Amino acid sequence: MLRFVLVRLLQSIPVLFTVITATFFLIRQAPGGPFDADKPVIPAVKRALEAKYNLDLPMWQQYLNYLGDLLRGDMGPSFKYPGWAVHDLILSGLPATAELALYALLVAIIVGVLAGVCAALKPNTAQDYIPMSVAMLGICMPTFLLGPLLVLVFGFWLNWLPISGWGDLPGDKIMPSITLGAAYAAYVARLTRGGMLDVMSQDYIRTARAKGLPERVVVFKHALRGGLIPTIAFLGPAFAGLLAGSFVVETIFQIPGLGRFYVQAAFNRDYTMILGTTIFLSTLIIFFNLLSDLLATWMNPKLRHQLRGQSV
Amino acid sequence: MFRLIVFASFIVFSVTACVQGDSNVERGNRTQVLHIGNNAEPQGLDPHQVTGVNESYIVLALFEGLVSKHPATLEIQPGVAESWTVSDDGRVYTFSLRQNAKWSNGDAVTAHDFVWSWWRGLQPALGNQYVFMYFPIKNAERFFNGEVSDFSKVGVTAIDDFTLRVELANPTPYFLQLLDHYSTFPVHRATIEKWGEPDESYTRWTRPQNMVTNGPFELDDWRLNKHLIVRKSQTYWGADKVRLNKIVFYPYEVGPNEERLYRAGQLHYTSETSIDRLPWYYENKPHHVSIAPYAGTYIYRINNKKPHLKDKRVRQALAMSIDRETLIRTVLNGLFTPAYSIVPPGLLGYQPPQVFAYDPSAARNLLAQAGYPNGKGLPEIELQYNSSEQHRKIAIAIQQMWNKELGIKVRLQNKDWKVYLDDEATGNYEISRGSWIADYVDPNTFLDMWVSDSGINRTGWANPNFDKLVLKDAPSAKTRKARYKHFYDAETLLISDMPFIPIYTYSSHHFIHPSVNGMPPNIMNYYNWRYVYLDADWRAEPK
Amino acid sequence: MTVGNVIMDAEPGASLWADAWRRLKKNKLAVFGLLVLSVLIVIALLAPWIAPYGYEQQNLELGATPPSFAHWFGTDLFGRDMLTRVLYGGRVSLAVGLIATFVALVIGVTWGTIAGYLGGRTDAVMMRIVDALYALPFIIFIILLMVVFGRSVLLLFVAIGAVEWLTMARIVRAQVLSIRNQEFVEAARAMGLSTPHILAKHVVPNSLGPIIVYATLTVPQVMLLEAFLSFLGLGIQPPQSSWGLLISHGANVMEDSPWLLIFPGLALSLTLFALNFLGDGLRDALDPRVSKD
Repeated sequence: MLRFVLVRLLQSIPVLFTVITATFFLIRQAPGGPFDADKPVIPAVKRALEAKYNLDLPMWQQYLNYLGDLLRGDMGPSFKYPGWAVHDLILSGLPATAELALYALLVAIIVGVLAGVCAALKPNTAQDYIPMSVAMLGICMPTFLLGPLLVLVFGFWLNWLPISGWGDLPGDKIMPSITLGAAYAAYVARLTRGGMLDVMSQDYIRTARAKGLPERVVVFKHALRGGLIPTIAFLGPAFAGLLAGSFVVETIFQIPGLGRFYVQAAFNRDYTMILGTTIFLSTLIIFFNLLSDLLATWMNPKLRHQLRGQSV
Repeated sequence: MFRLIVFASFIVFSVTACVQGDSNVERGNRTQVLHIGNNAEPQGLDPHQVTGVNESYIVLALFEGLVSKHPATLEIQPGVAESWTVSDDGRVYTFSLRQNAKWSNGDAVTAHDFVWSWWRGLQPALGNQYVFMYFPIKNAERFFNGEVSDFSKVGVTAIDDFTLRVELANPTPYFLQLLDHYSTFPVHRATIEKWGEPDESYTRWTRPQNMVTNGPFELDDWRLNKHLIVRKSQTYWGADKVRLNKIVFYPYEVGPNEERLYRAGQLHYTSETSIDRLPWYYENKPHHVSIAPYAGTYIYRINNKKPHLKDKRVRQALAMSIDRETLIRTVLNGLFTPAYSIVPPGLLGYQPPQVFAYDPSAARNLLAQAGYPNGKGLPEIELQYNSSEQHRKIAIAIQQMWNKELGIKVRLQNKDWKVYLDDEATGNYEISRGSWIADYVDPNTFLDMWVSDSGINRTGWANPNFDKLVLKDAPSAKTRKARYKHFYDAETLLISDMPFIPIYTYSSHHFIHPSVNGMPPNIMNYYNWRYVYLDADWRAEPK
Repeated sequence: MTVGNVIMDAEPGASLWADAWRRLKKNKLAVFGLLVLSVLIVIALLAPWIAPYGYEQQNLELGATPPSFAHWFGTDLFGRDMLTRVLYGGRVSLAVGLIATFVALVIGVTWGTIAGYLGGRTDAVMMRIVDALYALPFIIFIILLMVVFGRSVLLLFVAIGAVEWLTMARIVRAQVLSIRNQEFVEAARAMGLSTPHILAKHVVPNSLGPIIVYATLTVPQVMLLEAFLSFLGLGIQPPQSSWGLLISHGANVMEDSPWLLIFPGLALSLTLFALNFLGDGLRDALDPRVSKD
């Protein structure tokens, strides 16, 4: 177990390094720079700005400087918001976005797994069709549509829930969490149903049933383990996707999160901010993919020996 | 299990069906707290560094320059300067500062503050993008460029604590206008030096606990992506006339989201209306809609260097075959005014020439004369615009008009903002959406952008006569009438050559709650917050 | 069961597919899904002949009107016929949805199977590459693609395929890991079958469940992603449209002109439902374990 995690953490160092390097050089190739505007900046001012942010140095030197600063924990100032350091901005948005992603993930897992298991227990009956149809609607309903729709129904018509904010009024976290989680819940439901169906026809389930174990035990103790493998493989990147995808939801519900910074940094060519958010995101992706792989291995009795023995 | 899910969701919803309190608007009206939609998170609050419109609204609440403007007429009125005199040759301004003008920490605002602030504003390393606002001042441009190193040679001196003398290089009729631009506002020296070097950006002097300002409001709270609150300043010289206790600026992006928040009573004011929703408001809440002409022009730049667009008859044909009236009435819900010139009509009394009109048959003739009868032989033209719902709609309608009237094939291409700017600046386009919003109230701001070496021209068009009229004749004109005549001649030259196509004059358009007073519409979309107040007894009928 | 599997799979591949087709035909819902999908594709292909109006044909004075006899799906802001635009939009969306998903499917399944089956260092390297690709800033990646290769519809498929295969690869790998040590695979190895043979004949068929489910889920996602890429300037440009674009524009006016949202939304949902029924049917039909029933 420990070895498995350690090996993976060691592997993540070159991954992170590759991502940083590739991002650093890629973003410089995109047309337009951070100080380009409709009204062009006076050349002397632009030179001064570039000198201030060391953008006038050779690329390799900028790169080494950046790595050096990064090792000292400094992600540099944001070009778009000159009054703030990149880590200020990330830290200011992180709590709301992380919380939102977590709730959305909970929505996705609870609703998705329940619906998927329900459906798989009685395939091709109403108990299958109804939750699966709802799930499919969830997939067809992009967040930019579901959010405003929920706002109209629960905010304006029923007047049950606040239509914006995060932690300002009771209940204002419900609609954003559902909006962001819905599509993922639908994915989880479909994947869980498929996974469960695969497993339910396997020998060890038949054996368990033949032993006369109650259906509940069969389903939750035995079948779920194998049936959730695709779901878990999906959830690793899904969590990171939730963080990155929270942009739309944050905009609809006016949540002071990270998603807006992440997306706008790319459009603003805010180099340091792009790098900062990318480093942050890739760390999360590595972490959650590791967690997901760990969980998948642990849940699969046939693979559990891997956690003890050989490398991944 | 299925039943369990139904039950669980029922529980969730019944728990959350909570009672909601008063809206921001209702509460704000009782306590004089104004809630403003401000489109985006401010880049910063340093008057010498920010560039955007939304930043300017906050900065105008926090700071005050030598002069300010009347909220409705935009006439210059005293600010920190109580009065001023202008020498006969129009080159020397002497300002008498108020003795009771104070910084929010109690310090007096003195002439020395202005001298130091303008010195700071001219530091190249600061990256002041509006530094050209200082350039009418004697030697300011040369100091900025390093040709003059002694700041005492620059035409700004403190005669005593409360007398400021400004000497200009040339008479500049709109100089006072520039003094209400935030880039010429004073900043508090001790505070800035406490938190870093004068020309350092990236310092903490603009944080709520640190910031010292001289305007009618001071910084109260700033939460990124959530809100920025200013509260009434007790040290402001006119504090007894300021009626709002607080202004809350929200970085809510314009569009349907902002409209929903307005409808729910969370905002007194939206930074724009939502065009799609306008018909509903016209019908149901007409007294919540404010539309007024705005000193800006929506244009299509034409790349005059492309072989098939070199011929001005092609460009004229394109301009004359756009049915602006129909476009605006249908696609844009009547929001704007058709434009046939670059300077909006009536800007400070200036009337632009009417060189052309909508005339599809004349357009067809011109195109035929240019060698492309019914568009035959003319290659497909690419029209680029930066990704936005409104630009897209306009382009779709015009694409069809050109196709129908002239037989021209047009390919639309949206680009992300920076790619679009880059392609426009490097001439990698054929036709490109553009716009210009006045920096100050004077026709000059719309015309000097088209001189041959201007970085904003970007069309490849150049005309020495035009340059001479705008750069030499107009500034040295003795009277406003003579000056406007030069502008008129210059604009006639410009529009006849049609290096770009004027499409419409902008409007400022907002949803604004009837309880808000003192924010009259004006062509600069300018607000003077010290005049604003909320009327808790507003009545729902139109005023 | 395992022995039966090996023996059955050792038969020529053609009979596997023939068997599957025979079973699929028995599944009414799957046949229905296939039928609906075929009809949608045929309609999309025939759009230029069956559409009542031109898709770019405007009538500004008419503007947005609700459904009527002249315009069954109503008209949009420019007075364009929505039925026509939904028909034409289907051409783009179905093409993008099916082709890009196929690209993602091929790359993802190949990558995931190899990584999962070979394991060890190969697996580690391959999956860390996936991790790194997840992390690259997508918007910048798309902008660079356009700068280097220009803006073509072909590029749209590449761009979408290039990102959508990642999760597919992870799911396939996880599934392959869980079956690679099962008896029937070990039996195949013991029989001395080559690795490609084992992968193609035993490993992939036994992972088809999640593959098909995820592939059907990818289609609508891809259709909506296309709308976002069009926003970045890649992909189709007005007056052309797609379901994704129609939906995203319709969402802005859902209170004032709901028909602009409902009809493209229905088209997309219908496609997804059909795909899912077909996908579930295919999964059942191809499941080697139920084959002897």
